[in-house]
Amino acid sequence: MSTGVSVSLRAIAKTFPDGTRALKPTDLTVAKGETLVFLGPSGCGKTTCLRIVAGLEKPDAGGRVLFDGADVTETEIEHRNIGMVFQSYALFPNMTVAENIGYGLKIRKVPPAERAKRVAEMLALTGIEPLRDRRIDQLSGGQRQRVALARAVAIRPRVLLLDEPLTALDAALRDRLRTELDQLLRSLGITAIYVTHDQAEAMSLGDRIVVMKQGEIVQVGTPREVYFEPNSRFVAEFIGAANVIEGMASEGSIRFPGGQLMLPEPPAEGRCTIMLRPEAIEIRAPAGEDWTGTVQGVSFLGDRQRVTIAGAAAEMIVAEAPNRTRLKTGDRVGLAVAPQALRILQD
Amino acid sequence: MKSRQLFSLACMVPAVIVITAFFLIPAVQLLFIASGGEAGLSRYLAVLTTPRYRDALLSTVALSMVVTATTLLIGGIAGIFLARNRFPGHGLLVAILTFPLAFPGVVVGFMVIMLGGRLGLVGQISEALGADRIVFAYSMTGLFVGYLYFSIPRVLLTVMGVAETLDNRLIEAARSLGAGPFAIQRDIVLPALVPAFVAAGSICFATAMGAFGTAFTLATRINVLPMVIYQEFTEAANLAMAAALSVVLGLVAWAILALARLRGGDNVAAAG
Amino acid sequence: MNRLAYALALFFTVLTAAFLAVPALMSMLAGVTQIYARGIASGLTIDWILEVWRLYADTIGRSIAIAMMTLVVTLLVGIPLAYAFVVRPSALTRALNELMTLPLAVPGLAVALAMLQLYGNIDWFRRSSLFIVAGHVIFTLPFMVRAVASTLGAIDIRTLEEGAASLGAGPLRRFLDVVIPAAMPGVLAGSLMVVTLSIGEFNLTWMLHTPLTKTLPVGLADSYASMRLEIASAYTLVFFIMIVPLLVAMQLVARSKSRKGMSA
Repeated sequence: MSTGVSVSLRAIAKTFPDGTRALKPTDLTVAKGETLVFLGPSGCGKTTCLRIVAGLEKPDAGGRVLFDGADVTETEIEHRNIGMVFQSYALFPNMTVAENIGYGLKIRKVPPAERAKRVAEMLALTGIEPLRDRRIDQLSGGQRQRVALARAVAIRPRVLLLDEPLTALDAALRDRLRTELDQLLRSLGITAIYVTHDQAEAMSLGDRIVVMKQGEIVQVGTPREVYFEPNSRFVAEFIGAANVIEGMASEGSIRFPGGQLMLPEPPAEGRCTIMLRPEAIEIRAPAGEDWTGTVQGVSFLGDRQRVTIAGAAAEMIVAEAPNRTRLKTGDRVGLAVAPQALRILQD
Repeated sequence: MKSRQLFSLACMVPAVIVITAFFLIPAVQLLFIASGGEAGLSRYLAVLTTPRYRDALLSTVALSMVVTATTLLIGGIAGIFLARNRFPGHGLLVAILTFPLAFPGVVVGFMVIMLGGRLGLVGQISEALGADRIVFAYSMTGLFVGYLYFSIPRVLLTVMGVAETLDNRLIEAARSLGAGPFAIQRDIVLPALVPAFVAAGSICFATAMGAFGTAFTLATRINVLPMVIYQEFTEAANLAMAAALSVVLGLVAWAILALARLRGGDNVAAAG
Repeated sequence: MNRLAYALALFFTVLTAAFLAVPALMSMLAGVTQIYARGIASGLTIDWILEVWRLYADTIGRSIAIAMMTLVVTLLVGIPLAYAFVVRPSALTRALNELMTLPLAVPGLAVALAMLQLYGNIDWFRRSSLFIVAGHVIFTLPFMVRAVASTLGAIDIRTLEEGAASLGAGPLRRFLDVVIPAAMPGVLAGSLMVVTLSIGEFNLTWMLHTPLTKTLPVGLADSYASMRLEIASAYTLVFFIMIVPLLVAMQLVARSKSRKGMSA
């Protein structure tokens, strides 16, 4: 049941009455059925973006929001036919679980029989049938999250908007619900816009990720693109762990205090900044390696170990080693990196 | 969004109508009456120059100040004690000490009569002890007792409210540094309660300034400002003077309460 | 030393409570004593209460009616106002809040005087209990608004409303389905306060009443001035009986509210 519309944002910007610019003019299109994730630190404008799509905020003059090409900028939220999941869930404390889920249908004057049927479907879909007649204050955080989701989806919205829906939960539950949510979004085939500051959530849920910073989009791409090919130091460091190091490039390779590395095509010249993921660095015996350093510290993480290395570059760098490799502080090590794992950053 | 704005504006309309019709317009007109006519603004001067008005104003202020100081002392001790100790009967004590909040001034006046009237308890006791029958209800003393009666609950509640939120860890920290019980009261508890005392004191003062029912019950001859206003209006039919005195009384009370709110006391309730 | 201080403070507190409770108890007793000057020995009776009923039943009924009308008006006016205060705070709401609370600071006598000189000549209004209701509304409205606003402010009503809006509910629908149910604890506390204050209000009412619109406190003042002590006491007893359940209910509401606040 692929429902949903494409959503286009045209030159939307938001300046608050006190003059702060929450969002600089932004253009973006979300394809029908796509899950788009807005990712960024707090205050980056991602929630403002979502609230503009929802109709809870009005963009500055000139900005437009289109659903399937139709302008909805002036349409109030209650007439946009969207589903929204709030960070605090915003469940109505005076209604039961079933009444919460059926509320949007009641507003739409769906006959009681059909309403009951749809509520039952939603309860089944989110796996909370036994909670049907519970009051909201009798539910756990995870249960509330499911009710909020069921309530938003029950009205068959044109687009589902999720504002940090998992943030209020503890880590273990968050991981489990993330997987469930992913399956649900896939099975519904609904257009979804998801806001989070958690990069793991963004990568596992998003078809595409929009990375934002200080009211601006810095990069849009699939999870793989933003992970492997970040276009800036900010993206590289915000998504996953990254070594961002400076060196001197010439004749297809780049020099650091501890040696040199081959650059990918096309090579750069002069001072430049590169990004290396810790897992892309292979730790070897120092003999015969072009790039070496000294182990500064090892932290054992169970499935792998994280090794801090000094002397290889101007800054400390972090590499990952298999969990059984024996390393200790002071060991000299060689560092091998495949040229394509190394990314030249523009800023 | 437009409909939201319109709706919340619409939500204020009934209140604006009610407040404008029954308070704003009457109050503004009262101001005009107080400063209109031949006498004009000189009426306000008369408040200070005519002995009857001036004495009433001064004795009202003096009475309110003494009542405030006494109430803060009594309410402060009882309030801190009740907030910091739990014992059987605690709830009953708090209930007894707060129920008079809802008594109108006239009832408070009657309570003073029960204590210090012609058939009052104090008189009976003094007679039983062989002394003269003591009757104080119909004098300034009676008024003082009455004002204490309705002020203690207010002050007590305010002090208790703040004292209960006082962080116990502060006291534990002070003890860990070697402070004794007296030093703790002086250095930790009382400073933390200063805002509550300021708030409660101003409310107490403003309420005492405007209290009418108690004086009305005890005697029409006690010369406090609300009684004078009432007499100007009913007996002398001098609406303009009554209005001018009301404005002065209102300004004093309002100024004191505005001060209290600046210091964070929010439960401003004047009655009695 | 510590024990002595504790004992002294306890004694002092009990003494203060006695100061407040003893005259009230004495007056209750006086209301059911044959001849108070002779004490209980003269015998207990309900004659005085029956006499009060004969003389003053109308004031009791009228006070309840006025309190109910005041309650209805403060509910209709106060709940929307509190909502506007919480959801859209602005210079306008702040000014309105200031204006609304001013009658609490200004002595009731002055407020009554102001109303009298403006509406005193509108005969039907002056003679009706509605005149007193108007005064009571001005005096009690801030308590209703404050109680409702503090409840709404504590539960993030904006987000709840956004939730309802996202499901298609318009402003009025949201107000009825979400805001009012959420405001109920505050509405309850505010209502108890308004009714209690209205039933006990004297300062305004004494000035606004006419011989045909006497309320309970006005009747009390009348009985204190002109009736024998036993009747005045019996009448006061009736007032206590009316007001104490309201006060107890208020304390219970406040306690359940603070308990909820702790668990949340």
